[in-house]
Order: sequence, then C-alpha cells, then structure tokens
Amino acid sequence: MLSAGPTPRSPLASWDFTLRGADGRNAHWTWDEFTALPRQTTTKDIHCVTKWSKFDTVWEGISIDTLLSEAAAKGVASSPYVLARCDGGYTTNLPLADVMGGKAWIAFMYDGKPLPPEHGGPARLLVPHLYFWKSAKWVRELRFMESDSPGFWESLGYHNYGDPWREQRYAGDE
Amino acid sequence: MKKRPTRKPRIDAQRVDGNAAAGILSELFVPDLTAARARCAGCGVTRTIGVLLVYAHGMGTVMRCPGCDSVVMRIARTPTHVWLDATGATSIAVSAPR
Amino acid sequence: MTGVGAAPRIVWRSANVIDVVQETREARTLVLDVPGWPGHRAGQHVDVRLTAEDGYQAERSYSIASAPEEPHLSLTIERLDDGEVSPYLSDELRAGEKLELRGPIGGYFVWDVATGGPLLLVAGGSGIVPLMAMLRHRDRALSTDTAARHRLPVRLLYSSRRWDDVIYRDELARLAERDTTLEVNHTLTREQPDGWTGFKRRIDRAMLEAVAWPASEQPRVFVCGPTALVEAVATNLVGLGHQPALVKTERFGPTGGSI
Repeated sequence: MLSAGPTPRSPLASWDFTLRGADGRNAHWTWDEFTALPRQTTTKDIHCVTKWSKFDTVWEGISIDTLLSEAAAKGVASSPYVLARCDGGYTTNLPLADVMGGKAWIAFMYDGKPLPPEHGGPARLLVPHLYFWKSAKWVRELRFMESDSPGFWESLGYHNYGDPWREQRYAGDE
Repeated sequence: MKKRPTRKPRIDAQRVDGNAAAGILSELFVPDLTAARARCAGCGVTRTIGVLLVYAHGMGTVMRCPGCDSVVMRIARTPTHVWLDATGATSIAVSAPR
Repeated sequence: MTGVGAAPRIVWRSANVIDVVQETREARTLVLDVPGWPGHRAGQHVDVRLTAEDGYQAERSYSIASAPEEPHLSLTIERLDDGEVSPYLSDELRAGEKLELRGPIGGYFVWDVATGGPLLLVAGGSGIVPLMAMLRHRDRALSTDTAARHRLPVRLLYSSRRWDDVIYRDELARLAERDTTLEVNHTLTREQPDGWTGFKRRIDRAMLEAVAWPASEQPRVFVCGPTALVEAVATNLVGLGHQPALVKTERFGPTGGSI
C-alpha cells in the first residue's frame, strides 16, 4: 500500500461528508445519512500512473450525481471545478464535468466488503476514467471552485487532468 | 480540515525516515540534506531532516514532521524534472563545510 | 574527517563485481571495485540502479557494509521477494559483472571514531549492515590504540530469527573475542540452537535496560532494521532516559527482517 502519509483512522461516529459551494453554503451528511442515500454498484478498470492497471474492480457507493442533486435542492450552487479534500491533507482537483453524468462516486465498499482504511476507507472518491491518483482516499469534502486549483500531485509535476487514454501523466504531456 | 494536535505517532510499518530521501535530495542539493535542520511550518519545531518520516509513494517522496504530521517537504520525479515543494519548512540550515 | 558539505555532487558510476560472498541463506555480500570512488563514512548507503532490456529501471538503496579504510566497497543484500532488484542481486549477479550505483549517500546516520562514544548499536535483521561498517571502521581505526578503544567501548544488540540467519556471525564473534571493549549480544526470536543461553524474544524495554549503557553515560545510539523494531526500540530508549538527539535511527520499512 503506497500512501503520502499515515493511514487516517476516522471513526464513523464523527465522519461526515460535505459538498461545499464557493459561497460557503454547504450540504453535509453524517455516515448514517450518507449510507442511507440510494447507492450504486459499479465494476470498473482502474489505471495507476505507475503503469499498472487493475481490471473489473467492484465498488459500491453513492454517485456524485445523487449528491449534486441533493446539494442543489439545498441551494448549494455549483461551480466549474471541484477540489477533493481528505483526512491527512491530500487534495486533488477535477472539472465538475468529470464527476457528473455517472462518471464518479464516493465509494465505501470494495469487492463486497467495507473499504478498509489502508485502501481509503471509510470512503474514497472514485473517478475511474482518470488516473487513480484522482480517486482520492479518505475523502471528506468536495469543494466547488470558480477556478481550477491544482491539488497535491498536480502542483508537483503531475498532469492537471490525468487522462490515461492519452497517457497524461506529467505536466506538459499532451 | 483541522490540524491534528501533537500526539504520539502510531507505528506505521510502511514508513521510513529521512535517510530514504537522501538519494533524491542529492539530485537537488550538493551537501547532504539529511543532516541539515528544518523548521516545520506546522508546529514550529526544528528537527534534523533525517528524522522526518517518509511515506513510500510510487508518485513521489513525502516527508512529514514526526511531531505534528504536517508535510515538510515533498519531491516528485518526472521524465524531465525533479520537483521540490519545501513550503512546509520555514527554514533549512545546512552546516558550512569545514 | 571533513564535513560532507564539501563533498562533490553524487553521480552514477559503474562498479565491477570482484567477489560474491554468501553470508546466510538469504544474505549475500557483493564486493565491488568502484573506479573514482570518493570514499565514504560508516553508516552511509548507495543507490543501485538496474536497467532491463526494455529500458525499465528499478532503484534500491543498500547500506555500505565495508569500512572506509577497506580497499573495496561491500554491499550486503538481503533477498526479498519484491520481484525487482534483490532477486537479481541475490541470485544472478556474478563476479566479473557490473552494476550501476551512486553514492555515498547520507550524512545523518553516520559514525566515525571522531564522533566518540560509548556506542550502542541495535540491529534487526539486515539492519546490521550499516552498523557492521561502523564496527569494522572502529576496529581498523583503533587497531593499535588500546586506550582509545577503552574510551570508546561498544555494545551491540542484534535481533535475528535463528542462529543461521545471523549475518556476519563468525566475524562478530572474532571481533568480540579479541576486543574486550566490544560486547555482542544476540537475541534469536523464532528458534534457538540447543544449549542457547542468550535472549529468545523480540527486543523490549527490559532487554534494553539489561544490555544498553545507562542513559547517564550518554551513549551515541544507532538503531537500524525494520520500521516496527526501530520505532519500538527508539521509544523504549527514550523512555529509559536517553536523549532523542543521541538516538539515531534508520528504518528499512516493512522488510522480511528479523522479527
């Protein structure tokens, strides 16, 4: 297990997830509220920037589309970009368009079992169409951003977008 | 995200220490940096870089303060560059050569 | 010894393997001739780089086992099932072949006789390698100076699984036999030979209290091996009153190790 820091251990009783608008207004869920939302199971291939891929991985979680519509109903305005913020301080940035339309989830089960802490549990962002560093472990918040804000690896030489099909690993890759 | 207060760190069998970063640091600095002293921007404590905790990550080297867990330095190698972010250190002091 | 601040930039060099010594079933020493080698300090390491035919490169760090006074550079490699570098270095590399390395690297986990003592060395498994460089250096640097050896006594506490896993076993016994200022203590954690009267468990606070210099002696301490062992030993030593600044650690990560 490779990680940028110690494994955070987040007790479910104090875990929460937030969708935060650029104006500060937010929608937020406790673990019980979160896991009561309609969930989806998805089977995807994942692509790691260090050149390995894992095929047909099975995840269960809440689609970001579900969270976005719940947030909109509470008056949280969206913005063109999001920044994922995580326990331990990790961040990653994405265009809003890349987490909508059935492309992204907050996943809390892997292979039929609760996601263990070493793999990002209680919950991680899952965005399989991009390199796996975008699928941020220990995610706690998606923050809407009016302008794109490079995250942890994006600000240290890695590609800002990270499309595996175009092999966009590093800054400057076409 | 609130910063965690200083606490006794759990033993994490995966982590190593500043010695493991000495090689890549030698691509950026001529004097050995693991014997240098860095002041952590998170907690203000000055420590020898050799005692920073290094978490193995295929994408880069992340060096954290053993007291407060803040990231003191992070290094990534791409095909064309070595990137360093040392903003987690407010100062670094290297001994003058004898 | 000049400060490492004066050292030149570290570059990749070609090294010739002149001998290979099987130390234990899992550990092998590569004896290298490195043209242009600038010299090193005990405790430092090198990075070894292997390039496959398809251009894929893998790098690993290995502690230098030889003393700075020795004519050739020795690296002791423990075979790990990481599938990349160590199986090649452990099984295939032969005398007459070459490998690429850079170094010496490291200025924190280093010791030479000028640093002083007393000296406490604590090793788990392959963590003995950099500490052996320190012992070999001390032996050569103080070989004729009995008074200096008495001013700079050493205690080694070395944790291994079994007697046959102890790297440099015979050399340590020889060194201790002819040098009354060197004390070698083994603990064998999994299996012990018949008649074994030494320690039989993982290093704990009580063992350190029995073996180590008291904190009042202000020994220089070097602890090396798997991360879990190193952190537990360092925590226990600080608990026994040793100043953290005098306890230097080198973690090898979650290796096969000794425990």
